[in-house]
Amino acid sequence: MNRKSADIVVIGGGVVGCATAFELARLGCRNVVLVERNTIASGSTGRCGAGVRQQFGTELNCVLAREAVRIFEHMDEYLDYEPGVEFRQSGYLMLAYSDQQWEQFQRNVELERSLEIDVDMLTAEGAREIVPFLNLEGMVGATFCQTDGHANPFHTAFAYAQAAKRLGAEILTHTSVVDIEVENNKIQAVVTDKGRIATSAVVNCAGAYSAKIAAMAGIDLPVWGERHQILITEPVEAMMGPMVISFHHDFYCQQTPHGSFIMGIGMPGEPRGFNIRSSVDFLEGMARTVMKILPPLGNLRVVRQWAGLYDMSPDAQPILGECPPVERFYNANGFSGHGFMVSPIVGRAMAELIMLGKPSIDISKLDAGRFERGELVFEPAVVG
Amino acid sequence: MTEGPERHDDDVIVCRCEDVTLGEIRRLISEGYHTIDEIKRISRAGMGQCQGRTCRHLIARELARALGVPQEEVEMPMFRPPTRPVLISTIARGEGDE
Repeated sequence: MNRKSADIVVIGGGVVGCATAFELARLGCRNVVLVERNTIASGSTGRCGAGVRQQFGTELNCVLAREAVRIFEHMDEYLDYEPGVEFRQSGYLMLAYSDQQWEQFQRNVELERSLEIDVDMLTAEGAREIVPFLNLEGMVGATFCQTDGHANPFHTAFAYAQAAKRLGAEILTHTSVVDIEVENNKIQAVVTDKGRIATSAVVNCAGAYSAKIAAMAGIDLPVWGERHQILITEPVEAMMGPMVISFHHDFYCQQTPHGSFIMGIGMPGEPRGFNIRSSVDFLEGMARTVMKILPPLGNLRVVRQWAGLYDMSPDAQPILGECPPVERFYNANGFSGHGFMVSPIVGRAMAELIMLGKPSIDISKLDAGRFERGELVFEPAVVG
Repeated sequence: MTEGPERHDDDVIVCRCEDVTLGEIRRLISEGYHTIDEIKRISRAGMGQCQGRTCRHLIARELARALGVPQEEVEMPMFRPPTRPVLISTIARGEGDE
């Protein structure tokens, strides 16, 4: 390793780390080093469901998602990425299966509309006009937001990484962080298996491994890994536009631009940990659930299944910001299954916080200190 | 984008499921994508019906040549289940248990 020092070390080459490194460089930080133990997008980013939605139940989540969508809409030009990140605004259709859930959806829509997010409320029959083969049994209603959609997580991460490099950031793949030297609450260096990088600032974007990174700096961070699984089918002709989500079934399913259907369900009782093996019981549970909600998909063949980790936090919300008592140790983790979709705005907000002292979006409620203060931010709309 | 010199076999299809050519693989290697997994993620080579049964070895050979290492040192990606494409309706019947 040639480098001996950096202004800022970003730990983690997922989409959040890559976006943060790019935005730091864009704001004039010329000496950014990103350290990734494997390759770009090799962890949770490359294993995620690729959805981008703005339909949330807290104001902060709605605003973060809305701003992320605004960046996604022009990302290919913004990052000058010729292959394109494949952002498609084919909408999210969210299904309600009880009166209580429907009331929550109505409150969410009221909030979303107040924040300039255009969401329709539909009857079950109205939902069927969007997805004609939807099984309406037990459904009370649905909400639909056309500007929600999906993007290619690999290309998004690669686009940020390449753009960061063009602005002078250095990206070290196949490099593991083994220690963070801290003296009197001041960061001295990040020690890797390839050498020591003297620095005074760290951004912890290590996903499910963020607690391990924080512990190296003497910080107790309440973030843990939780396995979630996905399968993908053979490609077929376009037959379903939006992402279909049901909190009742803990289910989501979307047809990708490539033609294959990608889908996931939550598995009850999944233990904390770093297990990313796929399981047969997921395959069976998934197959039964999707055939209940979208019966014709039973005729498709599964070509691949895989697993990845959610980086869970105690209130299933991201942890963003500086982490006292250690100075200039910043967290951008704990996304709990919603990291990819907000990564563009998170990267920007983190860079603004670090370089300008104040981000353009107030993320102060999402600091790690909220757990000690008892100010948890519960999001009612979480799936998978 | 960095382009390597054109070669006579650049048009050869390496991944038949996803129509990826040898030339595209070579271009990605020259751009710095140095693992089979990275090449798969950016080009879809190996993501189709056969799950890379043929192309992963061809890509490994190309990587070995470009990086000057023996082919057995090129890391193979995980084979992901199911081994062959299976109908969702078949899986839903739980025949995996029998």
